[in-house]
Amino acid sequence: MQGASTAEESSLLDSQPARILRPILGLTAIFAAFGWSTGFMRDPNAPAWQLLLVALAIGVLGVWTLFFLANDLVSRFPRLWAERIRPYIFVGPGLLLLFAYLVFPTVQTLYLSFLDARSQRWVGWQNYQFAFTDRTMLIAFRNNLLWLVLVTGISVSLGLLIAVLVDRVRWEPLAKSLIFLPMAISFVGASVIWRFMYAFQPPGRPQIGLLNAIWTGLGGNPIGWLQTQPLNTFALIVIMIWLQTGFCMVILSAAVKSVPSELLEAARIDGANEIEIFFQVIIPYVSKTVMTVATTVVILVLKVFDIVYVMTSGQFGTEVIANRMYSEMFRFRHFGRGSALAVILLIAVLPVMIGNIRSWRRAQ
Amino acid sequence: MNPTPRPLSLSLSLVLATSLFACAPQPQQPDTAGARQRVTIFGAFVEEDARRFEASMRPFEEQTGIQVEYEGSGDFETLITVRMEGGDPPDIIAFPQPGLMVEYAREGRLVDLGEVLDSQQLSQGYRSFWLDLGTVDDTLVGVWYRASVKSLVWYPVPQFEEAGYEIPETWDELLALSDQIVADGGTPWCIGIESSGATGWVGTDWIEDILLRTSGPEVYDQWVSNEIPFNDPRVKEAFEKMGEIWLNPDYVLGGTVGILTTPFGDAANPMFEEPPGCYLHRQASFLPVFLPPEVEPGRDIDFFYLPPINPEHGRPVMGAGDVMSMVNDRPEVRQVMEYLTTAEAGRAWAEAGGFLSPHNDADLDWYPDDLTRAQAELLRDADTFRFDGSDMMPGAVGTGTFWTGIVDYLSGRDLDTVLLEIQRSWPQD
Repeated sequence: MQGASTAEESSLLDSQPARILRPILGLTAIFAAFGWSTGFMRDPNAPAWQLLLVALAIGVLGVWTLFFLANDLVSRFPRLWAERIRPYIFVGPGLLLLFAYLVFPTVQTLYLSFLDARSQRWVGWQNYQFAFTDRTMLIAFRNNLLWLVLVTGISVSLGLLIAVLVDRVRWEPLAKSLIFLPMAISFVGASVIWRFMYAFQPPGRPQIGLLNAIWTGLGGNPIGWLQTQPLNTFALIVIMIWLQTGFCMVILSAAVKSVPSELLEAARIDGANEIEIFFQVIIPYVSKTVMTVATTVVILVLKVFDIVYVMTSGQFGTEVIANRMYSEMFRFRHFGRGSALAVILLIAVLPVMIGNIRSWRRAQ
Repeated sequence: MNPTPRPLSLSLSLVLATSLFACAPQPQQPDTAGARQRVTIFGAFVEEDARRFEASMRPFEEQTGIQVEYEGSGDFETLITVRMEGGDPPDIIAFPQPGLMVEYAREGRLVDLGEVLDSQQLSQGYRSFWLDLGTVDDTLVGVWYRASVKSLVWYPVPQFEEAGYEIPETWDELLALSDQIVADGGTPWCIGIESSGATGWVGTDWIEDILLRTSGPEVYDQWVSNEIPFNDPRVKEAFEKMGEIWLNPDYVLGGTVGILTTPFGDAANPMFEEPPGCYLHRQASFLPVFLPPEVEPGRDIDFFYLPPINPEHGRPVMGAGDVMSMVNDRPEVRQVMEYLTTAEAGRAWAEAGGFLSPHNDADLDWYPDDLTRAQAELLRDADTFRFDGSDMMPGAVGTGTFWTGIVDYLSGRDLDTVLLEIQRSWPQD
């Protein structure tokens, strides 16, 4: 390389100004191409194959070239400066995207939440006042709280219990995969499945819903599982528990397996029975994992939307915050209220998220 | 020393730039000869309806060489909001109801069709109420493409005739018929309003039909625009009239729980059992789509006009439809809009079924069966036609509290509270 470079230096193309100018020109061309492509992509009369080609060229080649050229440019700088700037060249686009897709929309949402339905007039705290006084909103808050307590509590406890119980049996993998299976189903898919569980037909007609078929078989009157309050909220919560228990079990099972057998043996020698071992040895030992799993479930539950949307769409007193946010935004086209609800949801998730990140850091 | 292969990067960028500029015309450039012009339409008809719509556009495409690209979604309201806010609007929007059209018109997003279409041709082609329904603040922004009729009561013909029942001509006769069916040991009505997130809309149709019959079109219009409030005694009367049927456990299969939990599409099915689970079912003209395949409309099931209540308001018809609005003003889009205002634009769909034309020139012979033809005649002969009111109210009411209000009323909540709550949710501007 060194020998070759002395020969190159004689050529005009490789003179110092050209070496700086080249990446600059290249970068300008790239940005021009980026700008041009955004226009091209919006052209309604462009054939699909051209769009595809341009998208591929810009998306794959363009980004690569951008990094090459930017890096090339930085290399021309004095070595000390180049080393200082280089990290930002590589992190920069990521930060920029993070800003464009995360920070900016968040600030924008916060701003919109103080404007009216059409985002034209300043209305102060009115949207938040609505969020905390409207009857359906109060129901939504109540329900979200119910979801939080029940789903987190039950799925984590069940997951832990199963993890411990299954630890001792020979067909552990089979049992675990069966319980883990619902985890692979999307929320919407699960909701569709459970619609058949809860289906209702008037009395005297064949019941196609499993629960009502069993219930009427035992001589009861068919129950409108999704329409009867407050039964319906619990009926929806069951779906989420069904989906999440597998996740809790898998993670907690790994933690349970890491409990040293010496510890368990020592406890047994000291005369502890299995229940005492569970509460006084295993639980304290896996408590950190329990916390992590619980916070993950909490964040998930705060965002619950799909199940409610598919099953009842918040009717019959099953409203939750996220579903209401969607309704305000897209059905009622009240951007102010929708944004306010999004902000409330964000604030509700924030402490859990911070706690989660901290505990992860400590674990590392 | 230098880790970057410089010649490579240079040639890469050059190749990239040249290939990009070479491979297609500039977006602003006028179309090169031979390139097909494309017009995009976004609407709410999906699957079979979408295919039938595309078929109706084919004669136009062959004639002009303009390619009409239709895209439909069952989630119309959400996706159109995303596309409009995201700066990627279709050329033409086919609104399934005028409420959203009014909002977009007020925001200045729709093209003034008065400047695009021939007004004389329009007034010849449509009865005035259709043009009024497409006009916002004295500007024509939408033309009607498809109509549907809602004021229909369906009944199973063989069973109905076998029992010796007669088609009622007045509301009182309708209730008398219901009583007679009860006395004969049957259940008169099948009602089901379950429609997951949209549960309740079936009830709003009943209220609208009844209000048109008890208080007339003027009161109806004032109610739709909230000039008279939701808790007005006349609106309350309409709810109570509906309650005469809905809240009477002898009248309705499954009672109020049955109404709340039966999907609206399945509700009519018990009619075809032996003995029939019910004899009457009020639903719009689209009902046959939901019937079991062995049921033949016209032979096994027919409809009659939901009878008048107060004779002074005549025989009003309540209905719905799809209205086309123009977003992007380009010559080829104008051509498509012009075509959409002709009866011809709906012909293929009308012949395939599931389509009523709002156009005066639509030929009754186009419709594939007597059932559709009778609906078209009902629409043609109506004293007054009114559009589905809940679809014209602001979304927060029409697709929100009005629906929940119906559910609450059925679940036994006090009617005054229900109506007051709906009124309170009306957006204040």
